[in-house]
Amino acid sequence: MTVLVLLDHTDAGEPRATAPELVALACSLGEAEGVWVGAAPLPAQLPSGLARVHRVAVANDWAPEGEHVAPVVSEAVAAVVDATGASVVLLASTFENKDVAARLGALHGAGVVTDADSVAVEHGTVVAGKTVLAGTWTTRVEVVAPLAVVLVKAGAADAAEPAAAPEVVEHAVAPSYVGGLVEVVERTERAGTGRPDLASAQTVIVGGRGTEGDFGPLEELADELGAAIGATRVATDEGWIAREAQVGQTGVTVSPRLYIGAGVSGAVHHRGGMQAAGTIVAVNNDPDAPIFEIADYGIVGDLFEVLPQATAELRRLRG
Amino acid sequence: MSIVRGGGTKVGQPARCRVTFPAVRIVVAVKHVPDIQADRTLGQDGRLARDGGDGTLNEVDENAVEAALVVAESAGGAEVIALTMGPDDAVDAARRALQMGADSAVHVLDEAAAGSDALGTAHVLAAAVRKIAEDGPVDLVVTGMAATDGLTSLVPAALAAELGIVALTLAVDVTVADGAVVVRRELDHADETLRAALPALVSVSDRANEARYPNFAAIMAARKKPVAVWSLADLGVPPDEVGSAGARTRILAAEPRPARKDRVLVTDTGDAGAQLAAYLVEHKLA
Repeated sequence: MTVLVLLDHTDAGEPRATAPELVALACSLGEAEGVWVGAAPLPAQLPSGLARVHRVAVANDWAPEGEHVAPVVSEAVAAVVDATGASVVLLASTFENKDVAARLGALHGAGVVTDADSVAVEHGTVVAGKTVLAGTWTTRVEVVAPLAVVLVKAGAADAAEPAAAPEVVEHAVAPSYVGGLVEVVERTERAGTGRPDLASAQTVIVGGRGTEGDFGPLEELADELGAAIGATRVATDEGWIAREAQVGQTGVTVSPRLYIGAGVSGAVHHRGGMQAAGTIVAVNNDPDAPIFEIADYGIVGDLFEVLPQATAELRRLRG
Repeated sequence: MSIVRGGGTKVGQPARCRVTFPAVRIVVAVKHVPDIQADRTLGQDGRLARDGGDGTLNEVDENAVEAALVVAESAGGAEVIALTMGPDDAVDAARRALQMGADSAVHVLDEAAAGSDALGTAHVLAAAVRKIAEDGPVDLVVTGMAATDGLTSLVPAALAAELGIVALTLAVDVTVADGAVVVRRELDHADETLRAALPALVSVSDRANEARYPNFAAIMAARKKPVAVWSLADLGVPPDEVGSAGARTRILAAEPRPARKDRVLVTDTGDAGAQLAAYLVEHKLA
């Protein structure tokens, strides 16, 4: 069974953190082959385990900056599916890739599962595990179509180690009419924060209204724990932190081993984006905050006292 | 079939040559979902229990309706048609859109559509948009970026794909001018401004706007607005293409997540931070 992995990468050609995870997962299902879309240079090293990598050049004189827009990427993936006879495509579960998957479903008959946290082949069919209803239910979903497209959440598998890039197979696609209609007026890729990627981090510290805009104690604890920093809708609306840090149903969904909410009330929208976390720690001075209903370890107290003390004690305990 | 006005743009014709049309006809797709504040459950078949009686308009669809109304107002009285699909109760979502200011509504109601996955839903909605376009071309389709029940975010792009039009998704800002739509979007790793000639589909984020709250007069006025009820047969959609029969995914098992055990709640008396550090180390979380 050929399993294609869309190798998400920066505009400059650096693979995203999810790429080696997806490759490792693909290797557990069948013969893994990579798909690299666009003109960005292929790195010398790619995640190990790929039998080959399909580089798809986009004949893009019609849509000069548009080689990453969803219709173009979906057409590139579809071309490689046709060329290889692949029956499974794994994509990182991002909003951009959901648009890609939706087109593969609507135009190429694929069955699509979003936000999978596991993927297996059982009796020849693809079965994905996912949590639904704000992390309160777990389901197993079978794909009953010849082509399975599974969007896999960050952190679903241990990353494959880098290795020398395998054999490269060249493809070229011309954007369809619809693909050529999207005009990219402006695109600004954001620089990394220097911290782990929020969606895939093993530890996430989230600040809410209770921080009153001071994320200092969270930053220090995050330095100590190697954590990513997230925020509630209130905190991003107040402009205390960038929009992309918003954790919640319509923001980033996180399912880290450890979630620490500081000054987070735990509104249902926020819970929808973090309730699948392994261990939930909450610090809030309001004993009635709903987050305490789901916290494994809740502290009613002042985050400006509790967090610095925890950071200092962690430093002491771990020398 | 194209939903483009007057024969539309020929394939291959550059988008920016399109003529500007004064009137705009907008379809806004809305979904009736179980209230996220209530207990939501999956049935034996893995399908969401939609009979709880505490359903509501999917929250971000309010932003979609608002965006559609703002575009319509800026276009000088364009027509806004709310489109929904689902069991009897689903009409409440369309009614909410009418109360906010949509002119008319379409409710696709058919037992055979139950159990549709996101792609089946998009297939039905596309057929409904085409039927709406029989009365006059549709220039813009607006949806929310996600529904709080399934949260797949697949329907907007799938619907656009079925209609053969561009989808500009996750908009935090929408402007329609000169026959084109311009959208600003904030992705995980990049900010973008995208532009496409109409007709197009736009999905909006909950950050796109503040949805208006209908006043009493608007609520009363909405009662007189027309709601068409269409079956799959009306749309020419064979029942086996959608619903459970046409779904390309099947839920094998669904279980509530086990309750969290050994939970601790302490009130800080001066050493809670140190205790937390010890807890994290003990549980190998730090």
